[in-house]
Amino acid sequence: MFGQEFVTAAAIAASVLFILSLGGLSNQESAKRAVWYGIVGMGVAVVFTAFGPGIGKFWLMIPMMALGAVIGAIVAKRVAMTEMPQLVAALHSFVGLAAVFVGFNAEMERLRVAAAKAAGAGGEGFSAFAATVAKKTPAEITFLQIEVVLGVFIGAVTFTGSVVAFGKLAGKIDGKPTQYPGGHALNALSLAACVVLAIGYFSGAGMWTLILIAAFAFFIGWHLIMGIGGADMPVVVSMLNSYSGWAAAAIGFTLSNDLLIVTGALVGSSGAILSYIMCKAMNRKFVNVILGGFGGSTGPAADIEGEQVAIEADGVAQALEEADSVIIVPGYGMAVAQAQQSVSELTRKLRAKGKKVRFAIHPVAGRLPGHMNVLLAEAKVPYDIVLEMDEINGDFPDTDVAIIIGSNDIVNPAAQDDPNSPIAGMPVLEVWKAKTVFVSKRGQGTGYSGIENPLFFKENTRMYYGDAKASLDKLLSLIE
Amino acid sequence: MKIGTPKEVAKGEARVAMTPDSALQLQKLGFDCAIEAGAGTAAGFSDAAYKEAGVEIIKTPAALWKACDVVAKVQPPTDTEAKRLREGQLLISFFWPAQNETLLELCKSRSASVIAMDMVPRISRAQKMDALSSMANIAGYRAVIEASNNFGRFFTGQITAAGKVPPARVLIVGAGVAGLAAIGTSTSLGAVTLAFDVRPEVAEQVESMGAEFVYLDFEEEQQDGSSTGGYASVSSPEFREAQLAKFRELAPEVDILITTALIPNREAPELWTEDMVKSMKRGSVIVDLAAEKGGNCKLTVKDDKIVTDNGVTIIGYTDFPSRMATQSSTLYATNVRHMMTDLTPEKDGKVVHDMEDDVIRGATVTHAGEITFPPPPPKVQAIAAAPKKEPAKVPTPQEKRAQELAAFRADTRRQVGMLAAGGVLMLLLGQVAPPSFMQHFIVFVLACFIGFQVIWNVSHALHTPLMSVTNAISGIIVLGAVLQIGSGGALVVILAAISVLIASINIVGGFLVTRRMLAMFQKS
Repeated sequence: MFGQEFVTAAAIAASVLFILSLGGLSNQESAKRAVWYGIVGMGVAVVFTAFGPGIGKFWLMIPMMALGAVIGAIVAKRVAMTEMPQLVAALHSFVGLAAVFVGFNAEMERLRVAAAKAAGAGGEGFSAFAATVAKKTPAEITFLQIEVVLGVFIGAVTFTGSVVAFGKLAGKIDGKPTQYPGGHALNALSLAACVVLAIGYFSGAGMWTLILIAAFAFFIGWHLIMGIGGADMPVVVSMLNSYSGWAAAAIGFTLSNDLLIVTGALVGSSGAILSYIMCKAMNRKFVNVILGGFGGSTGPAADIEGEQVAIEADGVAQALEEADSVIIVPGYGMAVAQAQQSVSELTRKLRAKGKKVRFAIHPVAGRLPGHMNVLLAEAKVPYDIVLEMDEINGDFPDTDVAIIIGSNDIVNPAAQDDPNSPIAGMPVLEVWKAKTVFVSKRGQGTGYSGIENPLFFKENTRMYYGDAKASLDKLLSLIE
Repeated sequence: MKIGTPKEVAKGEARVAMTPDSALQLQKLGFDCAIEAGAGTAAGFSDAAYKEAGVEIIKTPAALWKACDVVAKVQPPTDTEAKRLREGQLLISFFWPAQNETLLELCKSRSASVIAMDMVPRISRAQKMDALSSMANIAGYRAVIEASNNFGRFFTGQITAAGKVPPARVLIVGAGVAGLAAIGTSTSLGAVTLAFDVRPEVAEQVESMGAEFVYLDFEEEQQDGSSTGGYASVSSPEFREAQLAKFRELAPEVDILITTALIPNREAPELWTEDMVKSMKRGSVIVDLAAEKGGNCKLTVKDDKIVTDNGVTIIGYTDFPSRMATQSSTLYATNVRHMMTDLTPEKDGKVVHDMEDDVIRGATVTHAGEITFPPPPPKVQAIAAAPKKEPAKVPTPQEKRAQELAAFRADTRRQVGMLAAGGVLMLLLGQVAPPSFMQHFIVFVLACFIGFQVIWNVSHALHTPLMSVTNAISGIIVLGAVLQIGSGGALVVILAAISVLIASINIVGGFLVTRRMLAMFQKS
């Protein structure tokens, strides 16, 4: 058993380790060390808290932890890299649900302590969290209630929101935005109900108000994310990431635990920054993303002249043989077709011939921030040839061949040329400046935003139709 | 109808307006062709060659002028020739109507039609008969060759066993057709080539030919080449000053100077003053393609080559095309043939002089006893007027500093405002919140700040690992469940136990998957 002073010291150590862990992600090499900081920090925090003063029921707690660890390990081992977005969303939902439960518990303990106090038992004889509650002044109890409401509310929104995000990313729920009639008014109404219930709860209406708040929050989380399209998922996932952090911080306040507060704040701000970066990359306002769907375009889209010219594998192969510099632009389509291995093989072959091959990654390519980087890393594409938009955009005019694999909106010139386009002003990869552009694409459909892409009609663009993986494999057989 | 070409009478003129090749094409249009004996000899075309192409050889000029309905030649007609014109006859040649008014009167009095090849309007459709451009192209090429002939060094830089040879520096003034041809020739010979033109829009063409455009440090309303049919116009005195200053600066470094600056119907502007010539290196060469119109350099002697006291050779030849008579005859004859094609729409050997046609109208200087020069402006704009681009405003250093200062001030104001608002909020919160809460709140706010600072540095490629690691860390909520599991009633214990379970999944799953991802990132 450790005394309180040990627990506090451990909390400080864990906080520092967590900060180092996040800071270490500034580059790939230090990141490998950084994740160990996180693991050690978590280990220290859990062990010292679990064996701290006033904790009991190890017979239950330890098996639960062990079971959770085993499940977690299995999931982490089994998950395919293309399923990473789903996994992240699913894990967020756990944090949300845990926050709701812990909030409920805090309320029940509070009621139990209050009842005991009313019976004249005084502040003695309670263990663990109840003991902390028993020592609180009435003012502190009021704040405790506020914290509980916040923790439960955010936790509940995170839970259902993440479940829906998981469903959409895993393809179990249709990716199109769908909402009940009434749309956001319904959300606002639920929110108002929550506020009313919270006031009732503060004035002592009892446990049922808290449960109802959770119920309404569950609805908001579900309905809110249902109304957001699949292409906006990078923002949604990072937003939920942020929420899970804020939920943890709120619970930290409830439990008067600084370590929870610090960690929650770190995670919360991390998610917030990621959401900001994603929104910026799409040139959209955060609020617009959250309120769902693309706003109607402000005018008729510019007419597109020209026609899409298709090309066969041998044509692409020949162009690649003649090219000196190649830039590959992967998108969600590559992930869907599981084509990253073929892309890697193509890269290897071209590099073996002394050609300069690089990758251009748009910040919102894929369904998760950094999704493409992870997929390419999995396929053993060296990370130093994988560049982000700002690093590589100026190089397209000097590039012989640009290959677009399963991306659409992020290479749409309308974002720059057509002020009426729904994506006008969004920063895009200027692939059309390359001498030749090949677009590997399943068919003539539009991208996620549902808008036509003038790139496909440009003179130097050739459409290479077919499933990304099948097309690339065909191409590979033609390149010696 | 019969089309004939006499021998050129002007001294030194070696060109001829019809070649055996063009004669074949003309016959396809339905014309009979004739040529004065020996007309093509100087240009390398023998009478036998013409005969083979089915051209009738006529012994004397008088007989030729008499026999032919259309006469095609190169130089403007002499008085003798003009007097041979008769009513209804068509003459095609260079004419320079603006300077040859008496000649124009003479032709009019003979009631003959005259098409001046130098008056073909500069529109896309007429490019195939633009003899000025064909000749300017040859002049530009030949100017460089002539310069190299009089220059004592290589054009290209070389490092040889016998020492290092610096490349010649060539400056070409005026980037019209002749200028561009000169640039192309000069760069292909390997010289370092600079070029200047008063029309900044040609900078792109100059650079595309491999020369460096000389920009002036001068701001003025940009000359719009389209309003003058693609030709340069007179520039303001201030502009001229800036231009001369730039040339003065370049003069000592330049080995070869080729000037091609002409303004339509005006004397050539003086661009290379005497003092610039004096500051040039010994052995330098100037080729003045504007010598015909007085020269861009006042020291130029028309049709002659001089060497100044400081050893600068100045070439003022005006007959560069004639010096390459075979080439220039071929091109000119083709221009004439294209003109005839336009004049015989039915291809039946009958000339239809359509005065409604922009090209024909523009080039015709006398027709049916009238002087039709100058022509009305063409109906088709020569060059689409370039949309006036609002020049990107380059802020001056002062403006920039002012902008930065303003931005900084606005930033400061916003930050101070936010801090003040935040401070007031904290104060209010402190009034109602218990001290224990405020302590935790401080921790919270500091942690948020640290979070913001740390996360901004995370590499973009590692955003997915960042999410999974923050996910794992947010499993810290397990502590809350751990703190509660030991206390109280059964429901609390159950909920806490479930929380421990799922938070543990989160922690272990999150960390392991992060590790797995990071291990995949490999350097090449």
